Amino acid sequence: MAHYTLDINGRLHEFEATPDTPLLWALRDSLGLVGTKFGCGVGLCGACTVHIDSVPTPSCRTPVSSVGRSQVVTIEGLDPKGAHPLQQAWQELDVPQCGYCQTGQTMTAAALLREKPNPTDAEIDVAMAGNLCRCATYLRIRAGIHRAAEIAARTRGKP
Amino acid sequence: MKRASRGLPAAPGIGRRAFLRQTSVGAGGLLLGMSLGPTGVVVTASTAAMGAAAATAFQPSVFIRIAPSGVVTLISKQPEIGQGIKTSLPMVIAEELEVNWKDVVVVQGDLDPAYGSQTAGGSTSTPNNYNDFRRLGATARTMLVQAAAQTWKLPPGECVAADGAVHHRASGRSLGYGPLATIASTLPVSDAATVKLKDPSDFKLLGTRIGGVDNAAVVTGEPLFGIDVKLPGMLYAVYDKCPAFGGRVVDANLDAIKTLPGVRDAFVVAGTANLTGLMPGVAIVAESTWAAFSARRQLRVSWDEGAAAGQSWDGFVARAQALARQPGATLLRKDGDPAAAFASATKTVEAAYTYPFISHANLEPQNCTAWFRDGAFEIWAPTQNPAAGQSLVAGTLGVPKDRITLHITRSGGGFGRRLSADFVVEAAAIAQRVGAPVKLTWSREDDLRHDHYRAGGFHFLRGALDARGELSGWHNHFVTFANRIARDGRAALQPGSGASLSGDEFPGRWVSNCLLEQTPIECSIPMGPWRAPGSNVFAWVVQSFIDELAHAADRDPLAFRLALLGERDVVPATVDRGLPYSVARMKRVLREVADKAGWGRRRLPRGQGQGIAFHFCHRGYVAEVAEVTVSKAGTLKVDRVVVVCDIGAQIVNLSGAENQVQGSIIDALGALMFQEVDIQRGRVVQGNFSDYPMIEMSDAPSRVEVHFLKTDHPVTGLGEPAFPPLAPAVCNAIYAATGKRVRQLPLRRIDLRWS
Repeated sequence: MAHYTLDINGRLHEFEATPDTPLLWALRDSLGLVGTKFGCGVGLCGACTVHIDSVPTPSCRTPVSSVGRSQVVTIEGLDPKGAHPLQQAWQELDVPQCGYCQTGQTMTAAALLREKPNPTDAEIDVAMAGNLCRCATYLRIRAGIHRAAEIAARTRGKP
Repeated sequence: MKRASRGLPAAPGIGRRAFLRQTSVGAGGLLLGMSLGPTGVVVTASTAAMGAAAATAFQPSVFIRIAPSGVVTLISKQPEIGQGIKTSLPMVIAEELEVNWKDVVVVQGDLDPAYGSQTAGGSTSTPNNYNDFRRLGATARTMLVQAAAQTWKLPPGECVAADGAVHHRASGRSLGYGPLATIASTLPVSDAATVKLKDPSDFKLLGTRIGGVDNAAVVTGEPLFGIDVKLPGMLYAVYDKCPAFGGRVVDANLDAIKTLPGVRDAFVVAGTANLTGLMPGVAIVAESTWAAFSARRQLRVSWDEGAAAGQSWDGFVARAQALARQPGATLLRKDGDPAAAFASATKTVEAAYTYPFISHANLEPQNCTAWFRDGAFEIWAPTQNPAAGQSLVAGTLGVPKDRITLHITRSGGGFGRRLSADFVVEAAAIAQRVGAPVKLTWSREDDLRHDHYRAGGFHFLRGALDARGELSGWHNHFVTFANRIARDGRAALQPGSGASLSGDEFPGRWVSNCLLEQTPIECSIPMGPWRAPGSNVFAWVVQSFIDELAHAADRDPLAFRLALLGERDVVPATVDRGLPYSVARMKRVLREVADKAGWGRRRLPRGQGQGIAFHFCHRGYVAEVAEVTVSKAGTLKVDRVVVVCDIGAQIVNLSGAENQVQGSIIDALGALMFQEVDIQRGRVVQGNFSDYPMIEMSDAPSRVEVHFLKTDHPVTGLGEPAFPPLAPAVCNAIYAATGKRVRQLPLRRIDLRWS
């Protein structure tokens, strides 16, 4: 076991773990941040997506020993009030069915919107390809990203 | 209808434990139990022996509580698995209760006999509860109106409930439900059978778009799911089962495992012979999920693999082909003289349709948390079928049901997988030995390799066309899969869930010379219900072969289908537990979908095509048109799907309903295109999404247009009926586009190139 101090959601968190422990399990079991989900364990489903220095990353493939001083953002830290444009749009359009994948979808989509504030369907499809939704709410996820882009643009337009 | 009776205990269905919990939650002066019977609602009342200060909340049933603050708490008894039931059934109560949805708090109920059936399966949650829940809401509303009338000394007929208050229009007076709750709690319970229901044309909430009640928690990542459960002192477990189904543990390196970091215990669970119960295995219990997962990589188990090791998909295929040359083991239907119809046919078409086993692949892997204390279990389970979990634990581990408390968590997808309770009994068996709360988490590989699969199958079909191009003969020899089970002390072959053809399966009852027969192949592969069991493949087989026959007769596929359905109104069932089939409803959805999709109105270039299909299941009538483009290189893109559903008189939540249908369409497309479980040496080959690909966003059709017909028929559920017609609609469209007939799934194995 080793001692780690990681910057997660703008705060330093300390915990003990073996160096190979995936960030996913440190978040879930050690820190109680369970919004990041376990789906496949090998980076194929996107349910565990977090931002590491702003890059959407599968936390199940990220050993805690590799995080270092990087800034980690999880769904719990995406917006201080849980009101990121994507979180608003998801509720407005009633995107979730079971909801299990939606935090991962949101984290991937948030990174997309930061790079491309007004993405096309094709850009959305490419960016979201690694996030499975078993309930297949894909049409609403796509619509939700467009809606979030509108909400963000409106917010930016305000003085 | 029983009148309210007072005293403890309440209804026979309410155990002491349930009663006490209700009273502690409710803190109300009046407590009513209710059991939901097939004939209607039975309401029984009992006065809780509580302190004077508690007599403030109004709790006219175990599902409804109105606090003096006016907050309305509704219990959702059904498990939420993504079908939206935690939102939609409370909406039904709220509509009749005349409360504003924003004032409603929905709480998930535990497994409790007071709630009646709590199984979420077969798209039954809505039809089984809709009418009763309307009556519940109306009963409470009636009592609140009475309370106001009594306060004002007016006839109740002059008082009207709306927006969480009772109003007297003439005098302009209003009293909120909060202040009325205390008075209402002293009134005798209104008779639910005679209480006045709202005219559906006055509905304000039902039929509108309401977001899921847990959406805010979902999008912010709050703990909701079974896998999110955390208890003080909780340990984390994995459970290793034999890769070949039914294998038993001979030996394992338990001593070495126990020395690994973070491991608290490792032991063999003997298990039972029940393929969908507690299978033998090795448990590792550790201080974290990762410690358990890591230790498992060092686990070495010697297995007695048993009979399964000799089974493979290739062997099943060879066996099915041999069986196809023989008469079926079971005759399901014989009408007319099929042999003569084929002998005199103008044209005969023969085809074999094959589909593989597939997995449910819930995105939340199976998991369960259990705590065994003082001879009793407390269980937290992401389950569709909490009662089955309790029963399996009781029967397997020898703990009476009334010593097993089961909390229903949200499930990360159901699709039928969580109707089984294997993961519940595994967690319980481990917890019984450990003496601390234990969360069992399956890996993705466990989940894909120890599913209760949708059975594969083989249909050997012949169709006869007469001189007029009408379907004069139909023969299906269905070769299916069965497990050997003990029934009444004797061995029997039990076909998998959804792996039995009904004698009434369309076009049985329609073709005058019809032969349906079935032969099982024995296997050790556990099988279970998978979204729209049976229908999810039978619709593909039947509606594809009907398309073949339409083309063989040189007739339009829609016209051929309408002619086949014929002119009868309702066709009665002819088999045990069969259902009558409304031809009128089916023809209407078929005509509507053709109209909305512009069926046959455009000439499409080669490589593009439209396909049509219909299916009746789960009391829903659904027809679909798919429009596809197949590139010369054989790449399929489904451009548009039009769906018309007749699921009765009322859509409960339009947003949820549309989401279910669109999800069903894309899920069905994913199963059609990608899903396949291969069996070799009695084990599943695939282990993760690398070799068991699931549909991604880019494969979803850009347009899925959903239309609901409002008809004068009972309200029914929508988790399943939109699924089955999609695969044949797409395959029929592929034929129209390319001339290639798909008779084997999944599509990714099929060469669709054309030139």
